[in-house]
Amino acid sequence: MENNSPKNNNKIVKKLVLTVALMFGFGFALVPLYDVFCDITGLNGKTSNTAAVTSDFVDTSRTITVEFIARTQGSLPWDFRPEVKRIEVHPGEMHELNFIVKNKSVNDMVVQAVPSVSPGIAAAYFNKIECFCFNRQPLEKGETADLGLQFYIDNALPEEYKIVTLSYTLFDISEKIEHDEFEQLFAGDTLSAP
Amino acid sequence: MSTTENNAVDSNHHADDHHHGAPKGIKRWFLTTNHKDIGSMYLIFSLVMFFIGGAMAMVIRAELFQPGLQIVEPDFFNQMTTVHGLIMVFGAVMPAFVGLANWMVPMMIGAPDMALPRMNNWSFWILPFAFLILLSSLFMEGGGPNFGWTFYAPLSTTFSNDSTAFFVFSVHIMGISSIMGAINVIVTIVNLRAPGMTYMKMPLFVWTWLITAFLLIAVMPVLAGAVTMVLTDKYFATSFFDAAGGGDPVMFQHIFWFFGHPEVYIMILPAFGIVSQIVPTFSRKKLFGYSSMVYATASIALLSFVVWAHHMFTTGMPLAGELFFMYCTMLISVPTGVKVFNWVATMWRGALTFEVPMMFSIAFIVLFTIGGFSGLMLAITPVDFQYHDTYFVVAHFHYVLVTGAIFSIMAGAYYWLPKWTGHMFDIGLAKAHFWLSLISVNVLFFPMHFVGLAGMPRRIPDYATQFADFNAIISIGGFAFGLSQILFVVVVYKCIKGGDKVSDQVWEGAEGLEWEVASPAPYHTFSTPPEIK
Repeated sequence: MENNSPKNNNKIVKKLVLTVALMFGFGFALVPLYDVFCDITGLNGKTSNTAAVTSDFVDTSRTITVEFIARTQGSLPWDFRPEVKRIEVHPGEMHELNFIVKNKSVNDMVVQAVPSVSPGIAAAYFNKIECFCFNRQPLEKGETADLGLQFYIDNALPEEYKIVTLSYTLFDISEKIEHDEFEQLFAGDTLSAP
Repeated sequence: MSTTENNAVDSNHHADDHHHGAPKGIKRWFLTTNHKDIGSMYLIFSLVMFFIGGAMAMVIRAELFQPGLQIVEPDFFNQMTTVHGLIMVFGAVMPAFVGLANWMVPMMIGAPDMALPRMNNWSFWILPFAFLILLSSLFMEGGGPNFGWTFYAPLSTTFSNDSTAFFVFSVHIMGISSIMGAINVIVTIVNLRAPGMTYMKMPLFVWTWLITAFLLIAVMPVLAGAVTMVLTDKYFATSFFDAAGGGDPVMFQHIFWFFGHPEVYIMILPAFGIVSQIVPTFSRKKLFGYSSMVYATASIALLSFVVWAHHMFTTGMPLAGELFFMYCTMLISVPTGVKVFNWVATMWRGALTFEVPMMFSIAFIVLFTIGGFSGLMLAITPVDFQYHDTYFVVAHFHYVLVTGAIFSIMAGAYYWLPKWTGHMFDIGLAKAHFWLSLISVNVLFFPMHFVGLAGMPRRIPDYATQFADFNAIISIGGFAFGLSQILFVVVVYKCIKGGDKVSDQVWEGAEGLEWEVASPAPYHTFSTPPEIK
């Protein structure tokens, strides 16, 4: 059969080492691929991070219950709750509500709200015109604020979904952003109620 | 191919080492490039790791002997379950198979040595350091890894202790070692087969190892990527798995199990190979369905890449995903069934004798099939919601890994031990080892099915009192199984020291190139390639 000349071995070894390098890269490529996959299929309950346009058709024949959940991650010393826990909506109908936050810590902090919709498939039909989750939210120590959300449920939401839950988790990102940016957020005060 | 001289492994090495016996002293073991020496070191290393990992299992079973917390702190209990899993997977099962491959693959294909002997030395010698790093982290402030061998984020990132970097680097080194070993196996099998040894004439152990090596090349780098992401998430403020920074903890599970599922076949395909060598020998028949065995192994390997999310049915996957992964998983039972039926058909109307390797192989076939069936139950998505993270899962993977992989390694060790040492082992002691292991392993793992179905969660140091009786039985089985393994060490030690001389063929029905060389196998074999009929 083939013989064991170093030349023959090197050829195979090169190919195998290249495969190893490619598979290492593939492990990291899974990260963007995962996001793209979730984006296309609408899986994972991730809502769009850009504002939607308003709808001009309201389907009054259907009523959908929208529930709101607000929580903070880890030991973040903030109060965070929706004005109302649940509302009844018609597809296409615009709704506004506020989430009330209070920074109970002794420091100025910046947080990021991360939304998640359950059931996951419904996320693609949850259109947000305005959302506090689009921006980082700075809050001085002891300060209270109303964070606004404006949304409607798309008419195309499949019939079987009667209840949709929107959950927000607040993450403390004060440590993760640059110092300049931190200062700027407080100076500019992007907290604009809709 | 043309002359004998060309078949020396490497011309420089050839000049000063060839045709001599083993060099003496400690340097022999540090500097060796001989596949038999390296194979022996791998096997001894994995045996040591088997006992260290086993001792941790004893701690776990002692704590679970009674409900309530009596012996160890919950955090230490978590470290024990984590390190037990890591050591058994990466320290015991995988190195044992690499050791058997080192010893047997060159001898089975008529090669003088592995194709890349220096890399072979490296791939072994970095391994003890990997496990020293891992084990030393247990003695550090805050303790060792405590997030389970699957190191799910955020347990391993946000909530892990300071020694996580040691865990990450030890996994990196284990991965590099496995990848080098796999490259060596592939190059050896592709380039060093004796003239006339076509692919479809290779012994099945060689085939299964070739396919396993490709699996290793494909998935070990993905594991390296996963631990690297954990490292940067924990220490360098990246957010691969942190939702605050736009990452996703569920993605960790996807990446991990993309490695993790092929990994379980890495730990069982060589076992299939060993059993496929042993069953024909003691049935005195050719293996039934050789080519279907090869194709079945390849199909299992390919399917292993599209079933990973069956570990994640409870993460809230959409229905279509659950169905896809459920059906693909069930599909694997087809090629696996082909193998089991082929072994049974090989024994059918054979002239069977029940030597120790055959007893372990038959136990493997029966008990691995039980593990396979519980795996099939777990594959059914709707009921997996009940079984997920219970002792039923623990029972399942210990049936496929202990009575599957470990029993096949024991079978292989008893099968080839006389060839390695030139002596027959103490058959009475070996039979005692077999029967004690067989009974205790079932006392240990079978009741886990029941407590699992009744809802006892895994990886928890305490449990509801209604599980107390079964857990006491399980623990007794565990201690008995652990102690029985000491017999194995005694048998191996006695066999190395002496015993009845064996013939070159050793076993009456044994066929293959490894049985044509002298017993004990000389330091250098097949310096001239054999003729394959």
